[in-house]
Formats: sequence, structure tokens, C-alpha cells
Amino acid sequence: MRIRVNGHERDVAAQTLELLLEELGYEDQLVATALNRDFVRAKDRVETPLRAGDAVEIVAPKQGG
Amino acid sequence: MGDVLELYDAKLDSRLLLGTARYPSPAILARAIRAAKTQIVTVSLRREAGGARAGESFWALIRESGARVLPNTAGCRTAKEAVTTAQMAREVFATDWIKLEVIGDEDTLQPDVFGLVEAARILVGQGFCVFPYTTEDLVVAEKLLEAGCRALMPWAAPIGSGRGINNLFGLRALRAHFPQTPLIVDAGLGVPSHAAAVMELGYDAVLLNTAVSRAGDPIAMARAFALGVDAGRAAFLAKPMTPRDVAQPSTPVIGRAFDEGAA
Repeated sequence: MRIRVNGHERDVAAQTLELLLEELGYEDQLVATALNRDFVRAKDRVETPLRAGDAVEIVAPKQGG
Repeated sequence: MGDVLELYDAKLDSRLLLGTARYPSPAILARAIRAAKTQIVTVSLRREAGGARAGESFWALIRESGARVLPNTAGCRTAKEAVTTAQMAREVFATDWIKLEVIGDEDTLQPDVFGLVEAARILVGQGFCVFPYTTEDLVVAEKLLEAGCRALMPWAAPIGSGRGINNLFGLRALRAHFPQTPLIVDAGLGVPSHAAAVMELGYDAVLLNTAVSRAGDPIAMARAFALGVDAGRAAFLAKPMTPRDVAQPSTPVIGRAFDEGAA
């Protein structure tokens, strides 16, 4: 299935957001997620299905002003 | 803690908020936080690859500093982007505080004040404590307060410009118009005298980043800004004299030697 992750097109096998994080190596990494520009809580990732064409954002703490 | 700054649920004795970006190294950032004696630092969220874990080590450094975090929505161009970013920040940083930025112009990084008010209203409704990065516009400030913001962060000059106060009249008017609202000057300060100047106007605090992080010696500059903020605040509390258009001798005139006109 082809989706966009952090702005890049990718082919992934994961059917849910939770599985996508595992597939891409995030596992227990401290990140927040959004699907198609809507925030998805960490506890909801397991029940959030992915569909072809979805846009996923995965962000982590960063220096800021 | 005699002179307390109250921001939402927090009572603080530091009036210097510090950004965490663009330091030469994490170690220098940590030392600058200590030198500034800041109690609030700003942070952000950015895309990260799986397994990178750079964000986690940064976050560990910030937690170790003991400072409270104020996450930002830097770079967001729409209210929708800012709201989603704020929601993500709340989960990652475990705080309801958000420094709300909705940028409207690439060259000046001027806030899109229409999107800002819209996003502020939504976020306040969701329980956020919103610190909006805004201009000195009085009407926009009123709208932000109506939306539920309990502090405002007007710019002095464009972000990262180091120009100091661009609109002295505007900042003075904003302070006079909202005497009870915590006002934090965010953006555009370059040297400690700029910080002292806004504090002398009665502003409650300043937020700095580039002026410290891009200084030749960020740690020394953090210390210098802390002194500037303290000096400006102390001067404001001491009630500065009113400027005059003509000279007035400070030494008594009566009794001057050689004064032939005296009795």
C-alpha cells in the first residue's frame, strides 16, 4: 500500500498506524502522530486503519524558539 | 520571591524565557539555560526518522534542566496546522501550555493574526493555556483575550532579526491598554539593552532565542540578558522620571559662588 510518511511516498505493509510505527522502526520512540492532518492519540493508533493515499506525520521533540 | 510573575497556573521569579534552538551544542544550551536562570524554555516538534531518537536525548536534556516547557507551533501556516501541532505537543510534552504561532508572511515571519485568533479560540476550547505570538495591534490583542488567552506575546521586531523595538509607540500603547494582562515580548531582541528597554515599559517578561544562541559566547550572553531583564524590571518598579524637553540643573543653584545677583 502506498502512503505518504513525513512528506515522502512509501510502500508499506502495515494496516494500522500502530503497525506502521513498528514497521518503520519507531517502536517505543517518543513521537506524536497525525493522519491526514488530524492528531491521532497514542492510545488510538492501534485502532486507526491506514488506507492507500493516506498522509501520516510522525514528529518528535526538537529544539525550538 | 517578592516580585512574582503569574502565567496561567505558574508563579515564577524569572522573567526571561529562553528558546532552545540554534546553539552550538547541547552542552552549551544546557549551560545557557542555567546562566539565564530561566524557568521556562520553548521547544518544538519536528519530523524524525524511525530509530533516530535525537528528540528523546534533547527532551532528556530539557527535563534535566528543571525548566518548564512551552512548546511552540513554529512554522505553521494555517490555524488547522497549528491546532494539530498543539495537540501533538500536548501529548509529547505533557503540558497544556502552547506558544501559538500562525505565520502569515515568509519574509517577516509576521503572524497571520486572523488564523491566530481562530486557532486560539479552538485551543482554549480544548483546555490549552495559549500564549499567542502576535503583533502589537490592539484590536487583535482584544480578540485574543476574548478568545480566552490569558497572556500575549507581541513581537518587538521580526523573529531572529535582532533589531530591538520597531514600534515603541505601539508597544507602549499595548501595555497601557491591557495593564492586567501578562505581556511577554517575543522576537526581535538583539542585545540586553533591548530587553531592558521593554521591561522598563512595564512588559512582564521577554522571550529570547537567537540573540543568545547565535552570540559569540551564548553562555555569557544569557547571563548578560538576565542582568538586562532584571535591570529593566527593577527600573520599571522604581518608577522612572518623566523626560523633559529642557535642562534642569541637578545641583542646587542657590548659594553658588560668584553669584553677584544674590542677596
